[in-house]
Amino acid sequence: MKITTRFWTSLILSLPMLLEMIIHPFTGWMLPGGEWTMLIFTTIIMLISAGPFITSAWSAFKKHHSNMDTLVALGTSITYIYSIYAMFTKRPVFFESAAFVITFVLLGQVLEEKMRATASDAMGKLLNLGAKNALVKRDNQFVSIPITEVVKGDYIQVMPGQKVPVDGKIVSGNSSIDESMVTGESMPVKKVTGDQVIGATINQTGSFVMQAQKVGNETMLAQIIEIVKKAQNSHAPIQKLTDKVANIFVPTVLIIAIVTFLVWYIFLGKSIATALVFAVAVMVIACPCALGLATPTALMVGTGRGAKMGILIKNGEILEAANSIDTIVFDKTGTITKGQPQVTDIVGDKENVLQLAASLEKLSEHPLAPAILAAAKKEKLQLKPVENFTVIEGWGVSGKISGTNVAVGSPKKQKEIKIAPELEEQIVALQNEAKTVVSVVQDNQVLGLIAIQDAPKVNAQNAINDLHRLGLKTVMLTGDNQQVADAIAEQVDIDQVIAEVLPVDKAAVIKKLQEKHHVAFVGDGINDAPALTQADVGIAMGSGTDVAIDAGGIVLIKNDLEDVVRALKLSRKTFNRIKLNLFWAFIYNVLGIPVAAGVFAGVGLTLSPEIAGLAMAFSSLSVVISSVLLGKTKI
Amino acid sequence: MNRIIILCLGLALIAFIAWWFFGSHQVEEEKATMKSNKQSVDIEVKGGYSPERVFLKRGVPATLNFKRTDSSNCLDHVVFSDFGINQKLPEGKVETVKIDTSKPGEYQWECSMNMFHGKVIVK
Repeated sequence: MKITTRFWTSLILSLPMLLEMIIHPFTGWMLPGGEWTMLIFTTIIMLISAGPFITSAWSAFKKHHSNMDTLVALGTSITYIYSIYAMFTKRPVFFESAAFVITFVLLGQVLEEKMRATASDAMGKLLNLGAKNALVKRDNQFVSIPITEVVKGDYIQVMPGQKVPVDGKIVSGNSSIDESMVTGESMPVKKVTGDQVIGATINQTGSFVMQAQKVGNETMLAQIIEIVKKAQNSHAPIQKLTDKVANIFVPTVLIIAIVTFLVWYIFLGKSIATALVFAVAVMVIACPCALGLATPTALMVGTGRGAKMGILIKNGEILEAANSIDTIVFDKTGTITKGQPQVTDIVGDKENVLQLAASLEKLSEHPLAPAILAAAKKEKLQLKPVENFTVIEGWGVSGKISGTNVAVGSPKKQKEIKIAPELEEQIVALQNEAKTVVSVVQDNQVLGLIAIQDAPKVNAQNAINDLHRLGLKTVMLTGDNQQVADAIAEQVDIDQVIAEVLPVDKAAVIKKLQEKHHVAFVGDGINDAPALTQADVGIAMGSGTDVAIDAGGIVLIKNDLEDVVRALKLSRKTFNRIKLNLFWAFIYNVLGIPVAAGVFAGVGLTLSPEIAGLAMAFSSLSVVISSVLLGKTKI
Repeated sequence: MNRIIILCLGLALIAFIAWWFFGSHQVEEEKATMKSNKQSVDIEVKGGYSPERVFLKRGVPATLNFKRTDSSNCLDHVVFSDFGINQKLPEGKVETVKIDTSKPGEYQWECSMNMFHGKVIVK
């Protein structure tokens, strides 16, 4: 039977008894039929509303388990059975206690069920985000087919107002697309031919044809859903204590209840009825549910809220670790800076230097290579064929061009290379301007220099200052030389610079920092995977559809430094909410049980079982509400 | 006299509760039944899970069929945190949960309030 039916049954049948309890002292009004009416009403409540508690408790008991139902079933059954005995032996009865406790507990459960549904709401929204159909080209015509039948390489037409069905690339047409549901970015993004589009985002103005690149489980939405699902159901280390407590909670409460009874009845010489009321109050007030719900509901709301903002926190462990971070390390290129360096100066024979450098860099995967190629393209230079291309780790690249040995790389780290003194002065001058300088070497003689600069992102300084306000120390980690790094750091107010670190050593640097600090590392996830994994919290910043999903503990879908701040604030808020919930759940039981047991009866503080039941119902409800409110706090 | 009898009864009851809930007791176990290269286990959800410990063979697609016959709202969801599964279990309906058996190990599942537990062991 549904909980709501059980609740309404017990509420309607309890009301006459409640009415009598309230107005009897003033008017002397009694229920028609007196105790017999009470017996009948309560019996119906016990059968219909409390029955499932009793059967559940019994089947759990047979498996050596216990839960909240055990306490409710026992507490109310004892009251009910004692009252029948009391009725026939002409003693005061407590039928209404049993009835009210059941009503209150069910009220709590009905409300709690609603709130739990609200708490897991974010997930349902994500699941319904995807498009159901797509206009796919089949036999030279665009026909509407279910999304599940779209395969990689399909050409899909997207009309204004429609959802982009899968991830892919625009092949013709242009439009602006609202990507807020996936990235959290509120402004529509302009898209032209060749741009990536993400499934589930909404096409606004134009229509275009796209080619499907990722379908089914590979789409960004599917991956986000996967991460959020795992995160929402993960455990936080802080839960371990409650897990231990939960395992022994109910039997311990039962033992306390028996002790309470024995103390009142035997040692304090009270009547069986008085002793029973205290014992039942103990059983009814104890609430393992609040403890059990404290962490999962907050985790669910917190991670769901993050997903809406384009911040994916992978699990409770990461969330807890993020809370104790005191140092945050940034990769420089692409994280602090735009990641699109440009050639600013060329020293030496401009055409020759650039042509040789570009010919070599065409084969390189170094982040600075595109800048040099772009400059060569702008000058309309022809690239020359290269033989014996090699990458010199940590320095640069070399190869044979037109029979000469050409190398492009860092100006300092190679001893056998000769360099003119005036060029050396130039190097210092350029580096002082926060530019990266590469030397172009022909047959061990430096021919010329190319200066490249990668400017900081517009909001980098704001983000760094916000992090300082959160009490974090900021560090920038880069393979660039000290001067360049210092200049950038100064522009964005970063506290410490660790420069000239080879990519392979980044993880080692993080490890060193971890000796004294709790470290978060922010990188783009492409070549930072070891550092992201080494750090206590790895924050991978994505750009567009390239989400570095595996690398980081926290994945930021947008390439926005402010999201680092939001991610940390969200983690802190969520973790604080978990702590608050746990504190409330523990303190409630720690204070509630002694009061119910009558420890403070000497000063007149006691609880009747029905008040205990009400308190119990609202303790778990309040924990869930507290978690739901986390979704509404300002980040 | 009455009081002494009740005291003894009370103490006996405490001892019984401690032994019944805290003592080590055998857990209901079950090996999955194989059928045309698939394995599955039916799990009854009633005051806990029966069986509580499920053995699965590695690499064979597996499903656990949960059927809740208990109306306690404690048991209305089953959560596998390792797999990110949080499956609603409507009363009286069989709900199928797919288990990834590609990696051997022990995977715990729990009810939504983390009071009842079960374990999948992939070998």
